[in-house]
Amino acid sequence: MNTIINEIVDKEYKHGFVSNIDSEILDKGLNVKTIQEISKKKNEPDWLLDFRLEAFEKWLKMTEPKWANVNYNKIDYQDISYFSAPKKPKLKSMDEVDPELIRTFDKLGVPMNERAALAGVAVDVIFDSVSVATTYKEKLKEHGVIFCSFSEAVHSHPDLIKKHLGTVIPTRDNFFAALNSAVFSDGSFCYIPKGVTCPMELSTYFRINTQETGQFERTLIIADDDSYVSYLEGCTAPKFDTNQLHAAVVELVAMDNAEIKYSTVQNWYAGDKEGKGGIYNFVTKRGLCKGQNSKISWTQVETGSAVTWKYPSCVLRGDNSVGEFYSVALTNNLQQADTGTKMVHIGKNTKSKIISKGISAGKSHNTYRGLVRFAPTAKNSRNFSQCDSLLIGRNCGAHTFPKIDSQNNQSMVEHEATTSKIGEEQLFYLASRGIDPEEAISLIINGFVKDVFVHLPMEFAVEASQLLGLKLEGSVG
Amino acid sequence: MSDTKAILKIEDLTVSIQEKKIIDKLNIEVLPGQVHAIMGKNGSGKSTLGKVLSRHPDYNIDSGNIYFENKLINEEEPHEIAREGIFLGFQYPIEIPGVTNSSFLRLSYNSVAKHKGLDELDPLEFNEFIQPKLDLLKIDKSFLDRGLNSGFSGGEKKRNEILQMAVLDPKIAVLDETDSGLDIDALKIVAHGINALKSSNNAIILITHYQRLLNYIEPDFVHVMSAGKIIKSGDKSLAIELENKGYDWL
Repeated sequence: MNTIINEIVDKEYKHGFVSNIDSEILDKGLNVKTIQEISKKKNEPDWLLDFRLEAFEKWLKMTEPKWANVNYNKIDYQDISYFSAPKKPKLKSMDEVDPELIRTFDKLGVPMNERAALAGVAVDVIFDSVSVATTYKEKLKEHGVIFCSFSEAVHSHPDLIKKHLGTVIPTRDNFFAALNSAVFSDGSFCYIPKGVTCPMELSTYFRINTQETGQFERTLIIADDDSYVSYLEGCTAPKFDTNQLHAAVVELVAMDNAEIKYSTVQNWYAGDKEGKGGIYNFVTKRGLCKGQNSKISWTQVETGSAVTWKYPSCVLRGDNSVGEFYSVALTNNLQQADTGTKMVHIGKNTKSKIISKGISAGKSHNTYRGLVRFAPTAKNSRNFSQCDSLLIGRNCGAHTFPKIDSQNNQSMVEHEATTSKIGEEQLFYLASRGIDPEEAISLIINGFVKDVFVHLPMEFAVEASQLLGLKLEGSVG
Repeated sequence: MSDTKAILKIEDLTVSIQEKKIIDKLNIEVLPGQVHAIMGKNGSGKSTLGKVLSRHPDYNIDSGNIYFENKLINEEEPHEIAREGIFLGFQYPIEIPGVTNSSFLRLSYNSVAKHKGLDELDPLEFNEFIQPKLDLLKIDKSFLDRGLNSGFSGGEKKRNEILQMAVLDPKIAVLDETDSGLDIDALKIVAHGINALKSSNNAIILITHYQRLLNYIEPDFVHVMSAGKIIKSGDKSLAIELENKGYDWL
């Protein structure tokens, strides 16, 4: 039966195609000149160039973090190109988009044009480093919602960017965040004005297309007082034998009574069975619950990448604010994931909830790493954490490193953890009830992840389920 | 091919696990409407027989044949056997946390129904379908929302096994120590359920240590297993004799 388990978890990487799009690529290497060139190509104002250069200076003095439970080949930061863009100029409508690109989106299943209308999704597509087209801007405009590429926002809304950029994740925060701050090429920007519930789910698809290109996108989402937004992010990359670096930074700011729901399905290329190729996914994501009663909720489904290093976190500064982290991380073959969250309670009566589900198969290693901190000011705060691991087969590993740091005695923390294994006896039991092995694994895995999947928007939940190589049938009933 | 009206016919069956012989040239024939009880000491091969009939992959058939409704099933997969109508009630039902009992039961029913050419049931239809079966076994509806066997008491697990039997309506049910871990009230309910499911078209094999269960479900035949063989067969009175004298006189 182990062979069946292997067959099922080994489904071919569907997104491993390369699009033949004419790209403009910057020479490899990283120095002050590279950064000036990126900034110049994007016609950036001086204050942003200064932000980059300051970050670069800090980065030069920093060293790559070594504490994560992952091993990978040394990255030569001078052997990466830090900018690649499709050669066409900025597009006015979907008709102008390179047909090859449209085919790429078709293959990815990105709901653009008509399908976007049906799905009610506005898609900002980041292809390599440049935002290609933003749909649905008009409808969002009616509600005062700003949703555009980061570069565009630099010019159209410089005050908002200046005010918030780097306030949640300072340039010195960590090695990869500093690198991103120096070289980020594009990303998404989103602002929800006071009192507005965003009329549709906002969605961004990221894709790394060029070999030896790093992708360093930068996302900034600001939800003003009493607003709500749900934001979806999907990621894929073609197959290459070499490793590619992805070091993104995502900053969220929620003001009084605002809520941001951020969902990710990450399916970067994971490398082949021998561990050749694949994406190094070193991402810093953090949300600041700045206002009272604000709420930030992260939901992630991590299935791709050779190495993942990612801890979407919440800083609960506003009184009564709420942070949530729901995560499914699936690793297979030689994949390594070290992922989790930090919940930093600063305000009074703040609450956080962590539900992490790790699934390890093949020879992979899956690590949950979490920190729950209660500052002295975080009186009467609470955290609930649940970290479950599921092992498939005999050669994989699951690791859990939860850390709790309570600096006041009026807060409460609960932690639950389980480790289980899909074993032959479970499969035999289900088989003896007429359920074939493929359905059985699907049933068990869907059961295992359902506490997280209920937090995904519907269309994402479906995609995520398929990504796990499973059918939903029988598990929703 | 074997040409009888037997639901199950086992001929000279020899089975080993990791080269250790567990069942040794065993013969048995079960006709529609019959209840057979298989008794014996621990390690006599009783439970193995149930696993082999359900085609557990760990047990190798060295020689001999198993016929289900005249069809040789030595080479079939466990889920195929189950769809065709062989049911194993487990001695130790396994826990699968996170999978709700209801989604499991419906998937199981639909897998078997599809094979039989019957309509598959959606959740609402399945609710209606399962209600009388819950009533029969005096099981509360909330039982369906719990994780499959997860945190169930021994008695609840056994009751869940019989509920599955009721849902799948097998041709032959092999019930392995279904009576163990049941208090007397639960035993009565379970036995009542099994009796209600019994018909002239199906058959039951009860694997048990004790005569206790046989007070409630009357067997047509009682077989005693030892070292992988049936060493004595008789009617109900054999079970009573065993209860009084133990196994050693055989």
